[in-house]
Amino acid sequence: METEYLIAVAEFCASHKIEISFISSLQRNGLIVVKTIHDAAFIDVEQLPQLEKFVRFYYELDINLEGIETITHLLNRINTLHDEIADLRNKLRFYE
Amino acid sequence: MTFVDYYKILGILKTATAKEIKTAYRKLARKYHPDLNPNDKDAKKNFQEINEANEVLSDPEKRKKYDQYAKDWQHADEFEKARQQQSSDSQRSGYSGGQSGADFSDFFESMFGGAASGSRGRQARYRGEDYTAEININLIDAYKTHQQTLSVNGKNIRITVPAGIENGQTIKIAGHGGPGINNGPNGDLYITFSIANHSKIKRLGDQLYTSVDLNLYTAILGGEITILTMDGQVKLKVKPETQNGSKVKLKGKGFPVYKREGEYGDLTVTYHLLIPANLTQKQKELFIKLSES
Repeated sequence: METEYLIAVAEFCASHKIEISFISSLQRNGLIVVKTIHDAAFIDVEQLPQLEKFVRFYYELDINLEGIETITHLLNRINTLHDEIADLRNKLRFYE
Repeated sequence: MTFVDYYKILGILKTATAKEIKTAYRKLARKYHPDLNPNDKDAKKNFQEINEANEVLSDPEKRKKYDQYAKDWQHADEFEKARQQQSSDSQRSGYSGGQSGADFSDFFESMFGGAASGSRGRQARYRGEDYTAEININLIDAYKTHQQTLSVNGKNIRITVPAGIENGQTIKIAGHGGPGINNGPNGDLYITFSIANHSKIKRLGDQLYTSVDLNLYTAILGGEITILTMDGQVKLKVKPETQNGSKVKLKGKGFPVYKREGEYGDLTVTYHLLIPANLTQKQKELFIKLSES
């Protein structure tokens, strides 16, 4: 059986001094996935860097949820384009 | 030591109010924040500069000290002596940006000493800085899963390089970046692979391509040739009347599919016909007879 590494949302919010409603909003907007086990909310540890990034956007850069959603979408596109460029460079090398 | 004009960095006047400083800072932070500019070293440098400028100008005491220094900045040595008598009581209020946040200019360090941590009025935990490294390997190395040891900041890290890794591909080694601050998590190590190919075999993903020279007689009459693949030599049957430029595909003789053990792409072989040269008179006559038949 595969082991899942989860972090309690309440614990994350307490250590970052942020409201739980912020995590709920991120979930509602499809930006993170929250798992509920015995009525307690958890997030996968893999999502932690992304979630911390959202916290910085919202609390430190004053970017609202719509902005975070847009930025996330654009950053994903940038990553896809970077991968595509690397792929094209490899193809170009093939013909050189 | 070079004088740093914090007002110029934030694009504000020396008479700017606290609100104007905050607005200017937030505007620039949104532009240069490392989260919004991944792998952009210039943005990171700009972000550190505006962070430092805000650190000084948003704190009335530091701003006063800085303004005084800016007025008499030619007397830096005297200022330095005075600075040494003071304790470094700075309180950071800048953005973390997922970085260590401890990168300040010599000018800042000289004026205010080291920086303490703190963000939004709390003892912030900062994730360590992400490190990047490049590994150069050749195509043969990339063909097989192998171990590789690399040295990052004096520490030796042993990694497993999976077969089929692509040129330019980056893998993440979690927790092997810079150390976190205030019990924050370590950063990650990103390793980019540069794969050199000096062989005749060309690679495109998991597909391999090569060309072999075929003499005229084998091309016409058929026969058997030996070709070099990534895992050694293989014998290949050539059909009679094989045309120049025709291709054959060797299933499973290509490159390993990344992280899918036992799966391989194909190897495409293109025949390149060699026309005989330096023919003897007799051979020429035979060709003439052949052309007339």
